[in-house]
Amino acid sequence: MRTIQQEKRVSLDGKRGIPIDSVWQHKHILDLDDFTPAEIELVMQTTDAMHEILSRPIKKVPALRGKSLVTLFYEPSTRTRSSFDLAAKNLSADVINLAASTSSVLKGECLVDTLETLEALGTDIIIMRHPHSGSPYVAARHVKAHIINAGDGWHAHPTQALLDLYTIRQHKSKFKDLKVTIIGDIKHSRVARSNIWGLTKMGARVKLCCPFTLLPMGLDKSHGNFPDIEVEPNIDRALKGADVAMALRLQLERQQSGLLPSLREYTKMYQLTEEKLAHAKDDVIVLHPGPVNEDIEISSSVVHGPRSLINQQVKNGVAVRMALLYLLSGGTH
Amino acid sequence: MTNSILINNGRIIDPSQKMDSIGSLLIVNGRIAWVGDNNDKLPASDYGILDAKGLIICPGFIDMHCHLRQPGFEEKETISSGSRAAAKGGFTTICCMPNTNPPLDSQGMIDYIKVTATNEGATRVLPIGCISRARAGKELVEMGELAEAGVIGFSDDGEPVKSSRLMRQAMEYSLAFGLPIIEHCEDTLLSENGQMNEGIIATKLGLCGIPNAAEENIVSRDIALAELTGARLHVAHVSTRGSVELLRRAKEKDLNITAEVTPHHLTLTEDRVINYDTNAKVNPPLRTEKDVETLIAALKEGVIDIIVTDHAPHTDNDKLCEFALAPFGMSVFETAISSLLKLVHQKQIDIKLLISKLTAEPAKIIGNNFGKLGTLTVGETADITILNPDIEWVVDVNRFVSKGKNNPLNGEKFKGKVMATIHNGKFTYRDDSIKPRAKV
Repeated sequence: MRTIQQEKRVSLDGKRGIPIDSVWQHKHILDLDDFTPAEIELVMQTTDAMHEILSRPIKKVPALRGKSLVTLFYEPSTRTRSSFDLAAKNLSADVINLAASTSSVLKGECLVDTLETLEALGTDIIIMRHPHSGSPYVAARHVKAHIINAGDGWHAHPTQALLDLYTIRQHKSKFKDLKVTIIGDIKHSRVARSNIWGLTKMGARVKLCCPFTLLPMGLDKSHGNFPDIEVEPNIDRALKGADVAMALRLQLERQQSGLLPSLREYTKMYQLTEEKLAHAKDDVIVLHPGPVNEDIEISSSVVHGPRSLINQQVKNGVAVRMALLYLLSGGTH
Repeated sequence: MTNSILINNGRIIDPSQKMDSIGSLLIVNGRIAWVGDNNDKLPASDYGILDAKGLIICPGFIDMHCHLRQPGFEEKETISSGSRAAAKGGFTTICCMPNTNPPLDSQGMIDYIKVTATNEGATRVLPIGCISRARAGKELVEMGELAEAGVIGFSDDGEPVKSSRLMRQAMEYSLAFGLPIIEHCEDTLLSENGQMNEGIIATKLGLCGIPNAAEENIVSRDIALAELTGARLHVAHVSTRGSVELLRRAKEKDLNITAEVTPHHLTLTEDRVINYDTNAKVNPPLRTEKDVETLIAALKEGVIDIIVTDHAPHTDNDKLCEFALAPFGMSVFETAISSLLKLVHQKQIDIKLLISKLTAEPAKIIGNNFGKLGTLTVGETADITILNPDIEWVVDVNRFVSKGKNNPLNGEKFKGKVMATIHNGKFTYRDDSIKPRAKV
């Protein structure tokens, strides 16, 4: 017979939470394409609980005590990495930070060998950022540790999308039919892809806005393999009636590779400004995954203005990642 | 037992003679001595017997496009391992691409392949020479000398000839030898960084796509150059419906153009790449259902002349990595015929057509410089493949003879496989169930 005490629940505050076992199905967090809406909702609610911990004077609980966690980053990162580092430490995990630039990767060690080494060291959770799409899938197939994708190539950045969803949820009453406009370099954006999955699964309506050279192929038709989304190259029309505007970072080398005639024209046509935001709903909120190129993809005044939740996103990042680590490790404390 | 063997009572299909009947075939001293349906008329009395009831007897398969990796990449494959894998797949003649290290761009290298194949090969191995020296796309190889050394054509396969001018020169110069220019059609500016077919799956996976236009651009250019020069052009591994359309129009003009398609482009689609299966990474990439349908139709229509394997073995380590870092290619000698027989079982193509595309048709392109290939004509070399079209089996790459285990069909169930392969009258492959017996 099952008792409440034996059930795994999100109940850090001692109150009765939602049961994890019946909802949470993930050994790894690779992308949101295989998340159910109930799982996403569980992440949101667990994040609420983590926020409570973060508001305490001593922000530390023993949930991951005795677990070792490695952040394995093949690309530079400030916020994602430090956010995971903090999240893991708040849950009392032992954290090793590995950067490709200071590890055997520089000596030519291949990904699988590095992963095997981490496994031999008894690592429980590997948080991985990699410039090539799909690399965390190689890891998940190859080692026993839990893998969390902290960004792979153009493919996915599920923890970023979850923190974006959480930030939206703090300000909007429901996801259903929420109008979200994503503006910028969609083609090369893992943030956009994961947000498209997460938002559409929760019932939001996603519109993409960018020059067609920065749009990935195949979105014009309905497919079983990808959510149906709308594309609108004109930013004023794309923002019309929007509840959420999300600007993406423009990698400056996109202009050099010929995808844009000039940064000047891009800025003129696609920069998220107060003026363009006027087409959106009055209570529109503005998100950006960072790091921001101020006055390129988004104007300084919007970044620092009242609608911007950019710092809020960073803050939520820690709580969301605590929630994910907690759920992955079984939520037993 | 003597040097004679009777393959008894099978379904003999030989498209070169428009033959499809139940009968028997006698091999004496490495040659086909007799074919008929009445064993009373046998011209010999002392022979072993291989019972072929329920089996198909056809000319040994010819593969005009494979990679044997020797010299230079012997960890992936050798002439010995590759030709034995080919024999297991029913092939008796294979043509190896010159992208070895060093590449096959000189008479000495062609001789090396021929000598090694004679000593160690389980099939006839016919080399293809480079178009450009060191495959660098700058200057032509000494085509005359290579032709004399015994190449069946010229190709920089793996890469296209990027310079249109060099391609024109290659076509003009090759005319004197009557050998085809075999082109890997890829506009490398359009396919740059490409990992798989461009489309929604690439979008979902965040992988850089290779558009159909990358192939079609060069197919189109080469057709124009073939028309300009009158040269023989053979288009390698056609993968898009647009290429089929271009080829159809070129053939209507009676240009000297032939084309090939691989079993994987006839049977698999880009969906195989989901989950980042590096074994499904191949160039040209697996395309869409629509392309596959068009390729099958083109095969039937004759717009595509032959089927080739493009067998491209790699080591496990080569493929056990990030998708973008994995090399292109599949090791398919040992699954090619079975995946093609699936099309026969699905009634998409006829078995006679299939066999013709693996025997009589490639023989026409190669010509008679190396004997009469792809036929069961009495008096010719006994190169024979024996198939069981109905036997069920499951692919296990660990049982491959090829060193390359990189095949996305691992674990898949198939109906139909090669039971025995005979080259020059000798078994080069024999399934455990096939045991010739002495005549009683």
